[in-house]
Amino acid sequence: MSPEMIGLLAQGTWETLYMTLVSTAIAYIIGIPIGVILYITGEGGIRRNRTVNAVVGVIVNILRSVPFLILLVAILPFTRLVVGTTIGSTATIVPLVVAAAPYVGRMVESSLKEIDAGVIEAARAMGTSAWQMIYKVFLPEAKPSLLVGATISLATILGYSAMAGFVGGGGLGAIAINYGYYRYQSDIMLITVALLVIIVQILQEGGLKLVGKVDKRLR
Amino acid sequence: MIELKNLTKKFKVGKTEVAAVDDVSLTIPDGDIYGIIGFSGAGKSTLVRCINLLERPTSGEVLVDGVDLTKLPRKQLLAARKKIGMIFQQFNLLAQRTVEANVRFPLEIEGVPRAQADARVAELLALVDLSDKAKSYPAQLSGGQKQRVAIARALASQPQIILCDEATSALDPITTSSILDLLKSLNRQLGVTIVVITHEMRVVEQICNHVAVMSGGRIQEQGTVRDVFLHPASETARKLIHPAGDDAPEALPPNTLRLAFTGEESGAPVISDMTLQCDVMVNILSANTENIGGKPFGQMLIQLPDDPAAVQRIEEYLAGRDITYEVPGKGSE
Repeated sequence: MSPEMIGLLAQGTWETLYMTLVSTAIAYIIGIPIGVILYITGEGGIRRNRTVNAVVGVIVNILRSVPFLILLVAILPFTRLVVGTTIGSTATIVPLVVAAAPYVGRMVESSLKEIDAGVIEAARAMGTSAWQMIYKVFLPEAKPSLLVGATISLATILGYSAMAGFVGGGGLGAIAINYGYYRYQSDIMLITVALLVIIVQILQEGGLKLVGKVDKRLR
Repeated sequence: MIELKNLTKKFKVGKTEVAAVDDVSLTIPDGDIYGIIGFSGAGKSTLVRCINLLERPTSGEVLVDGVDLTKLPRKQLLAARKKIGMIFQQFNLLAQRTVEANVRFPLEIEGVPRAQADARVAELLALVDLSDKAKSYPAQLSGGQKQRVAIARALASQPQIILCDEATSALDPITTSSILDLLKSLNRQLGVTIVVITHEMRVVEQICNHVAVMSGGRIQEQGTVRDVFLHPASETARKLIHPAGDDAPEALPPNTLRLAFTGEESGAPVISDMTLQCDVMVNILSANTENIGGKPFGQMLIQLPDDPAAVQRIEEYLAGRDITYEVPGKGSE
């Protein structure tokens, strides 16, 4: 393999990691509040509110049901507005976040639902306010489950980022499409796929190791 | 003082409404250890949750030191809850926090400065004899230790009241006893009022001064533990005191008497003396002595011969010795 090709793959790997990690981070910044709102306004929540729950739930469901490639194209004007371009890794982050945030919201909601109801009752009995409940009980108690969710989200968002290669996004996905698919260089295709598999493996294993360290329930 | 006035809590079950707590009025004096006993589904857990408004009653008043909690705005209710500690059957510790961080939780909620909070936590852990477990996580503790942590946590904000919802029901008898001793000593040392929800008579016997017997969402009877234990008026109380059903009138042979004797007679050979004095043979069906509030109290079921004259001699003897007796199912004489 030529040195240029190796350079290209290294660059693609870096871009993929950049898109995945930055998108996931931003998706969590938006997704955690969404998940918390869905949880506390939901059935049996500490701030039960059917209207808010239904509105947020429907928006989340709509965004989640649009296929990623369609969403990516549909919001091109929005992408241009935010980052000034529609091509390259940074531009890909915008649709990735839009697609991932609702997904993350549901992941967060389901993690919070796992919290022991008795613990919440005890915290209520101690006079805990809603805010204190969120940042002192819900999020810390759900931390291991949230991390498992983040590991799964990372792999999903990585997959989305590779799809963005079809429409001018960067990263390993773009290399696989441009060299492997359009130019029939199946060796490049295989290498990029192998690299993607390795990245997912590392994220998954690393994530689960971290969960094991963080969770204080089983020792 | 806790006063519950005409408290009712209804739940919707499908399309019908069920009253888990039905028009309950109750007064719990300051510094008391007050038991609320009943079988599962009697409504006692719902009732205790109405005291700190974890369950909002459908109607009625919850007065704590004269303030009706049901009328407080949210912020003041949160403040009021800080002065009512609560412990639970399943301990309900924060699994991701260490023991000391669990005990610190209510202090964080109150906004107590960290250094001051840490000093208080150390004090509380010493009080429940768990200083060496400060850095452990709940998963590393035994049930009894978890409940001690929960008690320390409940005490952190210096409450005047502690609510115990089946606090010993998940513990073995020896641990139960040690947790109850701890609660009793806290009541003595700190003067904290303790409300004990339980389905076990021995819990009430060991620590309570007063008891209310609950079933079907209503208080069936209430009074001092001694009175309720010696003269149970309601069917529920009888069943709780004699769980095996050995006191059910229909299960007993004819001519059965239930003797309840108190204080010094527990140690005296009453039955031997009685059989000699009255020249009657009696059959002891069951007997037990309980320790209530530090004093021994005895209960005994005896079967008398089918001879009215003998029965009369026995009754006269008992009346002379000031021993309470009753024909099961008919009430005491």
